[in-house]
Amino acid sequence: MDNVFANRLRKKSFSLPEAYGSQFAKRVFQRKDMLFALAALLIFAGLALFAPFISPYDPNAIDLKNKNLGPSEEHILGTDYLGRDLLSRILIGARTSLSIASGVVLVSLFLGTAAGCAAGYYGGLVDESISRVIDIFLSFPGVIFALTIMGALGTGIFNLMLALSIVHWAKYARMMRGQVLSIKKQEFVLSAITGGAGDFYIIRKHIVPNAIATLLVLATIDFGHVILSIATLSFLGIGLPADVPEWGAMLSAGKEFMRTAPYQTIFPGLAITFIVIIFSILGDGMRDILDPNHEGGEID
Amino acid sequence: MILTLFAVCALTFFLMNVIPGGTAELVLKHTLVGLEDSVSKEQVNQISSRYNLDDPLYIQFFRWIKEAIVTGDIGTSYVFKKPVLYLLALRLPATIQLAGVSMVIAILAGVSMGIYSALKENRISDHILRIVTLFGVSMPGFWVALLLILIFSLKLKLAPVAGYGSLENLFLPAAALSLHSVAAVMRVTRISMLETLGQEYIRFAKAKGLPLWKIVSRHALKNAMLPVITVIGFQMGSLLGGAVVIEKIFAWPGIGSLLVDSISARDLPVVQGCVLAIVTMFLFVHFLVDMLYTHLDPRIRYG
Repeated sequence: MDNVFANRLRKKSFSLPEAYGSQFAKRVFQRKDMLFALAALLIFAGLALFAPFISPYDPNAIDLKNKNLGPSEEHILGTDYLGRDLLSRILIGARTSLSIASGVVLVSLFLGTAAGCAAGYYGGLVDESISRVIDIFLSFPGVIFALTIMGALGTGIFNLMLALSIVHWAKYARMMRGQVLSIKKQEFVLSAITGGAGDFYIIRKHIVPNAIATLLVLATIDFGHVILSIATLSFLGIGLPADVPEWGAMLSAGKEFMRTAPYQTIFPGLAITFIVIIFSILGDGMRDILDPNHEGGEID
Repeated sequence: MILTLFAVCALTFFLMNVIPGGTAELVLKHTLVGLEDSVSKEQVNQISSRYNLDDPLYIQFFRWIKEAIVTGDIGTSYVFKKPVLYLLALRLPATIQLAGVSMVIAILAGVSMGIYSALKENRISDHILRIVTLFGVSMPGFWVALLLILIFSLKLKLAPVAGYGSLENLFLPAAALSLHSVAAVMRVTRISMLETLGQEYIRFAKAKGLPLWKIVSRHALKNAMLPVITVIGFQMGSLLGGAVVIEKIFAWPGIGSLLVDSISARDLPVVQGCVLAIVTMFLFVHFLVDMLYTHLDPRIRYG
């Protein structure tokens, strides 16, 4: 008898995200700025994805006869101090930034969700210890922390992803914990507990689906921040190995020639700004849709 | 706060000691620049035993903590051969000056532009300011710095490219560093102000015939300030992080540039000292923000 009741409850478990999803899409289409940003993002991602096929030159081909050229027909954005084509390097650089940032955001999202769930759901000593760890990680200014870790690990794509994930997961964990605490008190969770559902089942079916929207907003805004961090670290020469085309590193190389070839500092910076703006618009728009009364600023 | 600081110490200490190659070898290589290849195993061992580097990490850590608390000695730089504390004291004023001025700019410009934008909601000037802030929060600080150098130093020749000491030198770094925070503060001020202006008591004040500036300064501002203060606290972190890059670009002799140089040179005691100094400043500002918050919002004090 008990089982029947529990089963019925389980079947009725809220499939919020689906109904929510279609409404969400509709709202996105009503907002011109988000549509624009979404289109720009798709174009950017497409360019990054197909960069090896569409970039006019090999991004690492050194051509010392044509170094530090200004924009021309042959090199639309000019060449750098080794005669490498800037457009090709910016396109391949988009690949570097977007793929590393996706990795960092996914890992942080996963780790943060897991830690936040554990802390919020189980409470007590588990919560106490996880929260302490989160506090410690959040008490470093992000860039400083990443710099220190990179200083210890040395440059490299994997190390950069590792360092930035270590820095970023705590934000997600804190937000997830807060979400879980409020969702846990709601009636459908209480009734699932009464119905005898297991912890893992409740977390998977009730808590995560209801919290994930808020976390995705954070992830979207954070994506831009991660790209900025990647660029900052490479700019300081503590991010990626020198042969990987990356916007921050290009800027750093270009600044030596600012007097004679300013476009070398202008174009990569424009690329960074552009992609970060896209994620800002998307993130803010999503936040407005999900939570119209939001006071703003908390996620910064 | 002290517990957090302790944890931060431990974390950086262990981070700094997982470096492949071993500390002793690093020390030697710093002493024998140019003769790196001649470093022998014997010399490495000698150094290791002199600085007790063979002990397990946690023992080294507690010895370091004990030294730090009892004598205030937090290590000696491998590169400069001077106490870390001395180096930090030398560099701290420059960082405080830069970050402090930027913070003041961020608060003054951000709050006033935010209020202006809120009062002109959906008018042209509001839209322009909002687009400017969108760029402000999205442009990387180091790029802004380079653009400023390009425009004001190289083209217009209005400000020096780099340097430290005079007011002229402060202008570009402070502008580059504060832009992001100005935009962030303005954004939050605008939203918070809009929300406050929609409240009943503001409508009442308007109906009473109070002039606009009085409504804003007496009634709205205080209530709209709470989220702004939170953001200012957060911005302190990004200011201190941003300062690292800005100091490096403008050759500003602060803790940030010391940190970057020490990381490149693998001067671990100094890296550790810099991180500690920065985190301490950060936590201190957070503490101040918390105090201010409870002062402004009695609900937190009594609730």
